[in-house]
Formats: sequence, C-alpha cells, structure tokens
Amino acid sequence: MASKRKVGEAKLEKEELDLFVDAPPDDDDDDDGDTSDSEESVYSGLEEEPSSSEEEEENSSDNEDHGTDDTTDTPGPTTDNTAGSAGTSSTERLDNRPQPDEYEFDSSDEEDIRNTVGNIPMEWYNDYPHIGYNLDGKKIMKPAKGDELDEFLNKMDNPDYWRTVKDKTTGEDVKLTDEELDIIQQIQRGKYPDKAYNPYEPYIDFFTHEKMIHPVNNHPRSKRSFIPSLVEKEKVSKLVHAIKMGWIKPRKARDDEPKYYDIWENDNQYTPDKRYQTHIPAPKLKLPGHEESYNPPPEYLPSEEEILAWTQADPEDRRQAFLSKKYDALRKVPAYAGFVKERFERCLDLYLCPRQRKMRANVTAEDLIPKLPKPRDLQPFPTTLSVVYEGHTDVVRCISVEPTGQWLVSGSDDETLRFWEVATGRCRKVLQLGGRVRSVAWCPNSAVCLVAAVVDSTVIIINPSLGDKLVYHSTDNLLNTYEAPESQETKLPVEWAAAEGKEHDMGIRLRISHPKTIRQVTWHGKGDYFAIVMPDGGRMSVLIHQLTKRRSQNPFRKSKGLVQCVLFHPIRPFLFVATQRYVRVYNLLKQELTKKLMANCKWVSSMAVHPGGDNLIIGSYDSRLSWFDMDLSTKPYQTLRHQKRALRQVCYHKKYPLFASASDDGTVVICHGMVYSDLLQNPLLVPVKILRGHKVTQNLGAMDCEFHPTQPWIFSCGADTTVRLYT
Amino acid sequence: MGRLMQKKYESGAATAYITRNRAINYLQISLPDFRRLCILKGVYPREPKNKKKANKGSTAPRTFYLMKDIQYLSHEPIINKFREFKVFVRKLKKAFAKAEHGRAQTLQENKPVYKLDHIIKERYPTFVDALRDLDDCLCLVFLFATFPQTKNIPGDFVQRCRHLSVEFMNFIVAARALRKVFLSIKGIYYQVEMQGQVVTWLVPYSFGFNAKACADVDFRVMAHFVEFYITMLGFVNFKLYTSLGLHYPPKLTFEAKLKDDDEKNAYCLESEATGERLAALSASLASVVTQSTEEDEVELDEFEDSRTQEAKQEEEKEKAFQKLFNGLKVFVSREVPREPVVFAVRSFGGEASWDRSVAMGAAFDESDETITHQIVDRPKPDRQYLSRYYIQPQWLFDCVNAKMLLPVEDYFPGVVLPPHLSPFVEYKEGDYVPPEKEALSRRQQGLDTGDAVAKEAEDSEEEDENEEEEGQEEEDEEIDDEDQEEEEVEDEDDDDEDDDEEEDEDEEEEEVQKVEKKTPLKRKQDDDVSDTPPSSIKVKEGKLDYEDASSKANREEWEARKLAIMMIPKKRKRLFEKLSKRERRKKHEAKKLTAKREEFEKSQKTMKKKQRLSNN
Repeated sequence: MASKRKVGEAKLEKEELDLFVDAPPDDDDDDDGDTSDSEESVYSGLEEEPSSSEEEEENSSDNEDHGTDDTTDTPGPTTDNTAGSAGTSSTERLDNRPQPDEYEFDSSDEEDIRNTVGNIPMEWYNDYPHIGYNLDGKKIMKPAKGDELDEFLNKMDNPDYWRTVKDKTTGEDVKLTDEELDIIQQIQRGKYPDKAYNPYEPYIDFFTHEKMIHPVNNHPRSKRSFIPSLVEKEKVSKLVHAIKMGWIKPRKARDDEPKYYDIWENDNQYTPDKRYQTHIPAPKLKLPGHEESYNPPPEYLPSEEEILAWTQADPEDRRQAFLSKKYDALRKVPAYAGFVKERFERCLDLYLCPRQRKMRANVTAEDLIPKLPKPRDLQPFPTTLSVVYEGHTDVVRCISVEPTGQWLVSGSDDETLRFWEVATGRCRKVLQLGGRVRSVAWCPNSAVCLVAAVVDSTVIIINPSLGDKLVYHSTDNLLNTYEAPESQETKLPVEWAAAEGKEHDMGIRLRISHPKTIRQVTWHGKGDYFAIVMPDGGRMSVLIHQLTKRRSQNPFRKSKGLVQCVLFHPIRPFLFVATQRYVRVYNLLKQELTKKLMANCKWVSSMAVHPGGDNLIIGSYDSRLSWFDMDLSTKPYQTLRHQKRALRQVCYHKKYPLFASASDDGTVVICHGMVYSDLLQNPLLVPVKILRGHKVTQNLGAMDCEFHPTQPWIFSCGADTTVRLYT
Repeated sequence: MGRLMQKKYESGAATAYITRNRAINYLQISLPDFRRLCILKGVYPREPKNKKKANKGSTAPRTFYLMKDIQYLSHEPIINKFREFKVFVRKLKKAFAKAEHGRAQTLQENKPVYKLDHIIKERYPTFVDALRDLDDCLCLVFLFATFPQTKNIPGDFVQRCRHLSVEFMNFIVAARALRKVFLSIKGIYYQVEMQGQVVTWLVPYSFGFNAKACADVDFRVMAHFVEFYITMLGFVNFKLYTSLGLHYPPKLTFEAKLKDDDEKNAYCLESEATGERLAALSASLASVVTQSTEEDEVELDEFEDSRTQEAKQEEEKEKAFQKLFNGLKVFVSREVPREPVVFAVRSFGGEASWDRSVAMGAAFDESDETITHQIVDRPKPDRQYLSRYYIQPQWLFDCVNAKMLLPVEDYFPGVVLPPHLSPFVEYKEGDYVPPEKEALSRRQQGLDTGDAVAKEAEDSEEEDENEEEEGQEEEDEEIDDEDQEEEEVEDEDDDDEDDDEEEDEDEEEEEVQKVEKKTPLKRKQDDDVSDTPPSSIKVKEGKLDYEDASSKANREEWEARKLAIMMIPKKRKRLFEKLSKRERRKKHEAKKLTAKREEFEKSQKTMKKKQRLSNN
C-alpha cells in the first residue's frame, strides 16, 4: 500500500514539473516575489498532506510489521529502517515482556507520578518528615531509613547493594534491573544506550529517486492545477518584453582569472616625476645574523642568566625578539610561533609608520675629535704637584700671592690667615682674625707690603712684615704719614680705624668696617685703590677705597642687580662689575657705562681679565667658562664646559698664555689661551692639563686658584684644608 | 600702517601636511576604506620636519600625510569602486532581509570588482622598482600559500599565492638566480639576484596553521596587502618569464609532459596534475624560443685592462657558482623538507628526486645506482647503498653559501654538524668573526685543504699537554686576570644605557688608575709631601722610581685625547657620545663572544680529556 502511494506522489510531482516546463522559467526574473509565493503555497499545500498521512502510515506499518511478519515483499524492510530507528528497536524489546496497558492512567511525560512536587531540588525536603504530596494532596512520608550502621550492614550483606539507587522523589531504594544497568554502561562508554541498535545500517532511501508508476497519495487533482496561472502569464509576458527590448541581457560568464601582460613594456622611456622623487622607500628588514641560525656557533647561544633575563624582560625591551637555540638536526626545528605576528607587524609598519628621510652621519667617533695642537708643544704649564701647604683646619676659601712670588697668603673658615713661604712650604705666620676670611688680596704694588683681608663686614689691612725689611718698614711709614683731614664729610657708613696695641703687633694696620658683609676685595693695579663688594649693600654694593687718603667713595648711584664681583682693568681706568648674568664695564674717569657683556650663563661666580686688557674670562656656577673678546662682541667668543660642577674661580697668568679654572669637582683645568696681536686672528684656546688634587668634601672642591706671578706655576686651595702648588 | 600681517599657518608645513582625520574628510571615505586605499596605493604617513608647524601650533600627537599624496589619492578610480561596493553591500543586505534570493544572486553576480594593474604601473614605473620592492611581497605571498582558507583569508587568495610562488621558484630554477640560503629558527631565508637587484625573502617551515599564535593578527589588513602583492607578483613573473623567453603561464617541456601523463591517473585529479608537477620543481620549463639561450651572450671586447680582467674573472666565478651542483644526482628522503632541498639543488644544476609516494614528479627511484648523494635527516638510514653519500640537508645549504662543494665527512648522518653560519653577515673591522667562518674563508681562498682546522686542534691539544706540566700555575693566573676584567666589563654593561656619562668617567678613572699603577713615581712623591706631619719637619729618604718611557708616552697621548674630547663643541658632543657608546658596545660584544667561545673550547677540551682517561 505504501509503495503505491509513493509512486502516486512521484507521478504527481512529475506532472507538476511538466507544468513548470509549460510556464516560462522564472529563475532569471529579478522581482518574482509574488508569483513564487503563490507557487510555494500551492506546492506546500500539496506536500503537507502526504507527509501527515505518511506519518500515520508509518505507525500503522510498524504495527503491521510486528503483528504479521513480512506480508509485503519489498517495502517491508524499507519502512522498518526509516521510521525512527530508536523507536523501532524499543518496540522490539518490549515485545518480549508482558505489555502493560499504556493508557491505564493519563501521563504526559512520565509514566508514574505519585509525588506532585514537580522538578525541584529535593533537598528542600531534607528537614521534613515527608517528601512531597500525592495526587490527593496528602503528605508522602519518607520511608523509614536506617542509621549508618544499618547502611553499612546493608552494604556488607546485600549482594545487590551496588545496583540499588535511591529514588529521589519517593525516597525508596530501587534495585536496577540488568537492562537498566546495560543502558547505564552503554552511556558511560559513550555508545548508544541500546546495545542492539546498529548505527551503521545501510541507508535506504524512502523516497527513491526512481520514479514509481503509482502516486504516493491518491488525492484527486484540483481544478486549479489544470488552469495556467494568470499572474504568471503576466509576469512572463513582462519578461519576454524586457528581453525583446534588450533590457535583460543574457548573463556573461565572469572571468575572475587575472590577466597578466607586460606592464613594463616601455619603461625605459620613463622620466621620473616629482612624486617618484619624493617617495621614501620603506627600509628593508634587517638580514639575519649567526644568532638566528638553527645551528649557531656555540658562542651565540645565550647562557642561563641571559635566558632568564630575556624571559623576564618586557617584550619591548628585548634586544632580540627570539632566543637563539641549537637544534642538532633540521627535522627537530619547530615552527616559529611569532612568524605571522612578525609579518603582520611588518605590514603595519609599511602603511602606518611615518617615514622621514634622515641623513646618517658617516663618521666615526674619532673623526669628531677636533685636531688641536699637542699639549706638549704648548709648554710650559703646571703639570705636577710640587708642594702641599698644610695647616688649615677648615675650608681654605681664598689665596693670594705676593707680587714677587715669594710669599703666599691663604684665608680659611677656621678664622685664620696663614702666610707661607712658596718655595719651602713653611707657614711663617698665622693670624687669628676672629671670623671667616672671605677674601684676601695682596697689594700688587711691590714697593709696599700689604694684604687686604675680608672678615665678615670688615676689611683688614695687614702688614705681614715678610720679605724685604726695607719694604715693610717703608709700608708702615707710609701708613703712618696719614693725617686726618679737617673737614671730613663722610656720607658713607664706612669707618676707618687704625689698629693699635696687640693688633698692631700682629700686623694689623687698619680696620675698615662696613654695614654689611663683604664678599670680595680687589686691588687696583697701582696699589692705592681697592674695591670691595657688598652684595647686600643695595646702592652701596660696590665701594672704592683709597688707602693713602683713607677715603671711601661710592661710584654708583643705584644698584643694577646682585653684584657678584668687581675687577679693575689692568691698564685703563675701567671697572668691571659682574652681576648674576651680565658684566658691565664702567669708565671711571668719564663715569659712564662703556660696555655690557652678556655672560650667557645663569650665575656668574668669578671673572678674570687678561693682562692685555682686551680679553675677559668668566666662570659661572653652572660650570661654564666664557671667554670674551671685548673688541669682538659682547657675547662670549667661546664657552667651555670642562668641569662637571660649579666653577669657583678663574684666573689668568700674567706672563704666560695660560688661564685656569677651579671647580667644585676638585679639579683645576689649565688651558692655553693665546691672544695674538694680530686683530684678525682669534684667540687659540686649548685645554692642556687637568689637575686633580683636591678631594671633594661637603660638596666643595677647589675653592680658589692663582698663578704664580713669574713662573708657570699655579696655586690652588680647596675644601680639603690644603693649598697646593703645581709646577 | 605697516604692511598687512601675514596670517599664520596658511603656507608652508601647515598646508603641505594634512592629518589623517582631515584626509578622511577630504576624501569622503570611511577609515577602513582609507586604510585599504593607503595600502593599495602605497601611501604612508610622513614625519614633518617641524611637527608643531605642521600641526598649526598644537603639539598633540598626530599622524600626517602629505597633502599632495591625499590629492593624488582623490583622483583614484578605485575610490568609486569602494563606493559602489558599499551600495552593493546595502542592496545585498536588503535583498537577504526580504528573502529575495534570486535578486541576491543576481546582485552577487554583478558584484563590483576592481583591477590593480594601473596602480602597479603607477607605484613601480620601471621594472627595477618593482624588483626592489619584492622582498615584502615574496615573504607575504609565500606565507599565504601555506594558510588554510578561513573567513578572513579567501580561498582563492591562498590558491593564487601558491601558484605564484611556485611560478616564481620555477623561474629562479630556470634562471639559476639563487645566491644564498639560510636555515634560521624562523624559517628559510632565500636570496636571489635578478637584473642586478638582490631580493631576500623568508619562507616558514611547513607546519600546520597555528591559530593560537596569531590571535591578535588582523588578517584583513594582511589580505589587503596580499591582494596587491598577488597582482604585482603576477606581473613580475610575467616579465621575468618573458625576459628568459619562457612561456607564461609556465608550460612544461614535452618530455616532462609525457612523464606527467603516466603519473597523472595515479595521484591526483587531471586538472591539478600540471600544477602539482610544476610545484615539484623537477621538470624544466618550455621556452618560446627553442634554441638554447646560453650561446648567444654578448662577447665583451677584450681590453688589456686589469679591471676588465677582474670583471671577467668574477663572471667566470659566477658561472661556476651557478653550476655548483652540476652532475649531482640527489635523492631526498621523506623526512627531509622536500621543497627547499629540491629548490636549492635544481637552482644550481643538480638533479633531485624523491620517493614516488611523497609527491608527484619524482624523476628516479631510490634504487637508482647513479645517485650520488642521498639527503637524510635521521640518525641511521635503514638501507645503505655504497655508491652514494648519505648526508644531512645542511650540507647543501652550506655548499651554496660557501660557493663550493664542502667535504661531506662533517655532514654524515648521526654526526654532530658544524655550525650553520649566516651568509648575510658582513664583517667589518673590529667585528667578531667566528672561527668557522675564518676557516671557511681560508678554504675558499684555497689556502688550506680543510684538514687544517682539525690539525690545528690536534696541535693545540698536544701543545697543551706539553704545557700542562710546565706552566699550569701561569695559566691559572692568566685566567683569573681575564675573569676579573670580564666582570668589570659586565658591570659596565649593566648600566650602559642609563648613565653613559658616568660610565665614561668611570672608565676614564679606571684607565687613569691603571696607568698610575704602572707609573707610581708621581704618586709616591705626592704622598710623601702630604704625609709629612706639619709638626715634625724632617726629610725622609726618597725612593728612586724609574718611569717607563712608553707608559708615560701612552699616558700623555691618552690625556691629550681626553682634553681634545673636552673641546668638542656642544653641537657634536651628543653625536660623539652616541658614536663612542656604539663603538664601545660593539667592542664589548665582540669580547664577550670571544670569551664565550674560549670557554666553550676549554670545556670541550676537558671533556675530551676525561673521555680519553676513562678509555684508558
């Protein structure tokens, strides 16, 4: 019967197909929404009916099969296999047992619902004596349950203990049957629950592709199926028209295969345009070195520490993106994990990375070192430490050399002034001054023997009584000849007082007291005038004193900033005044500003003028030394940064073309500074020697330096309480 | 009234550059489209000389494109295709949403496509330009040829990449253009020379696609590149093939075809047979002109000039190099990566074959008695023929890099291989040269026959034995000294980058100390002076200390150099520091490598000694 119906259906399908053939094909049609819809509905209607009937049929056929064995010849096994294989097998199994009446009670999902609590976690009933409610709403009490001992005894005695499980809903123990155990085992093995089921049975088409002579169903055909569709006809005529008019063209086969040809046929005629010239080609990837080899030389293999460091480092910090490794055969080399990533990054670089043309300096470090005359050719200059003058107990702040070069005076924070014999290093005299000695200066006039020292706010003029007797006696005489003028109109708060008694015996001759602390004292070349700097003095920050007349004068009406130091011009009546950033040059005769030099540094510490008078060097706390050629410009001719820390003092040699700078890093740098008489030739500056002698204590190194007046020697003093002479 | 103030940022860098966002606005396309366009057209951001000016006074970080580039992009016909594609996608979506499948199909059939031919011509106006830019192209094409087809990697891309790469390799074989091969841990580097251009690319070892390793890789971007590179390599291949007078797409010679027919049925579909056969690299290609091209080379006029002589010699060498494996019949075992080996052998005139079950195109069987070399990569080959050498694959590549046939003894199966050196390293003065390289260059010059290394080693061993009894203590001392030095160097290296200046100083001081140690005269005197207590003045008897003249001169030289360094103007100081740092690092690295090597050799020696003792 089944086969008959099938055949019938097939026939019907065939007819349907014929019908489509009659109608123009609408595959090509672009907007065939309506027609297809209708068609589908027709078709589906036809299809649905048989399918429903088929189902019924299957069921019935099943029953038939089991009832009567192989009444039909061919379709029998066919139906057996196709209709839900699991179902068939289960029915087969049930055959062996007495069948209970399925329809005895109504059950939707499960056969036997005694407990009505539903699918809930049963532990909610743990604390109750009952386990749920039966269909009548009565409590279902938990079955009596033995204690642990009973359980244990049960475990020991009951041979079926292993196959008993507890039914959660009823709380009763259920002994699993052999079939159930089988199912469990099958599931555990990951197989089909039913042992008998064979998943690999040969597949047999229910709806065969062969056309049967009999239809599957036996419906009489509707009238509609014989009448051509009007809507379709309209649609088709529209398409036919469109084709006639050439609106619809037959589809061309697409050719996706790329065509290659000689694109660079006449590329020798190409003249590069501007775009081509501004193009910056991407740099090529670096070619691999030995370390990338699969079998590198042993020295390229990283040691264990290097491997550890590499793995711990950030991927960005690694110098190599990979770890070198040795494989003893090519077959052992694994895939490189970062390969695709690296390629991808290269792609990103190619289109995202900004490009810039950079000139690479094709020089070596050696080429950059300037060619300077050798220091040996620029001798003489001090090279070796000859004498160390020891005796001070605190930082030696300042030194000064006697004009003939026989004596040296040094002032220190231990409140003493010491006089040394240069050649022997003997300390000839110690003066207790009762205050830190800030500055000391030996009178440059060799006819007198005087030293000016600064203690706090007082300038003390001292006759050290050293050297030539005649000279220091005559100095005393000179000081004694002073007679106070009658009308002394002192606008300045400066007091000159002659020392007497004990002080006089010590050598102190005059005390000039000022209102504020003094920083520096400096003599005029003739030795009669000397200038002092009181940084806090406001408009009186620079004062000029005259020794013979014991008179003071204030050259400036108003202050132009924090004065750091002053200096007399060696030849002409000029005064250099250094503030923090500028050096002003005043003409003392004309009483006007002649020049203002830009120091090009943050804070000037010291300055020195070339004995010729046209060149000036400035040391600054930001460790720069600026050389000014005053004829050339108001800006430094050259700025040198030889030392790492603040410069404390700079000085020129009076005879030799030398200058030096003392710095907080404990070094004294000697430079050759040749000034040519030819105005067209720039001075030649060559560093010739770094003298490292002073130890850095409390962040202070060399505090002061001064050249010997006649010899190429230099004295330096420092925070390590020593004064040193280099020859 | 002065003259009119010129407004800022209306000329110069401010107008010559355009930021990315403004460029997108200018072109009226979306960011992904812009990126794609940049990839295809080869437009890249530029770094302006003055960023602030280009950015109109702002210092915000931005990427800049040249305005000219963007204007050039705006004339690109592909932009319109992008827009058409956008419309197409919209229509398609609509069709799908309305379940108009017929319409969707037609739409898909009329999908807008674009060609990149004109872009190739624009970007590479001459063929040499294209060759110059071929490195990245080859790398990516060879990589994509190994990929599976995924959502982001269209299948036909993979197919085409494979075809193109095979075609390119076939050309290299035909032109004998391969120059260097390097087996690295990343993959295999090949270097070829075509029309005077050197092209290097990297091919990964053939393994499965590891999706985990490329988790953060955007394959769309790479696919854009590949799209362009496929077109480019196609044209390049065409040009290369035609320049050699070969058919493009490649055709096999008649004999090869005949053979092909025999095999075809056995192993693959007929449609794939030619492709497979081509990929085997064993067959030669059919040329358009039937005559051999080798004869009709232009003969140079002979001048009695040393230069031309040299050039001639070079040429001859080159020719000999191209025929390096002539007459070699190589059989490749199945555990050896077939493609690189066959590629290398065939590129230098050898013959290669493999087991018939491995791949198509095997020329001869393992049982062939005329086989000269069999490449194996297993400890012990199962069956050995006496008539051939069994060697490991590294031998081939080392031979190529050395430009000569190396002795096979070092490469027998189961033997510890000599290190595989990179042929790309160029040695400058002061660089570290591995001893293997030195030996090789000596061998290349024909100075020694290859036994010298072994001999040397033996000699040194013997010497060592002699020395051992005499001067063991001495040696130890030396070693100690060296160790100390090394440590110092390492310490320096640690803070190498952080505080270069300090280090510099340290070094200086160290040197000073060293020098002073050698010339203690001055120091002593100084000490004497400072040591004298001020209270008791007396004269100690001084010690005479003689100064070494050479060390003094050295010291002076060193001082003069330091002083001169101080005079480097600030402008150049940074450059100087950078350069000197680089030099120092280089020196340090070379030193480290030599030290490592020495250590290694020492350990080897002791091992040998132990072995010998245990044997006795």
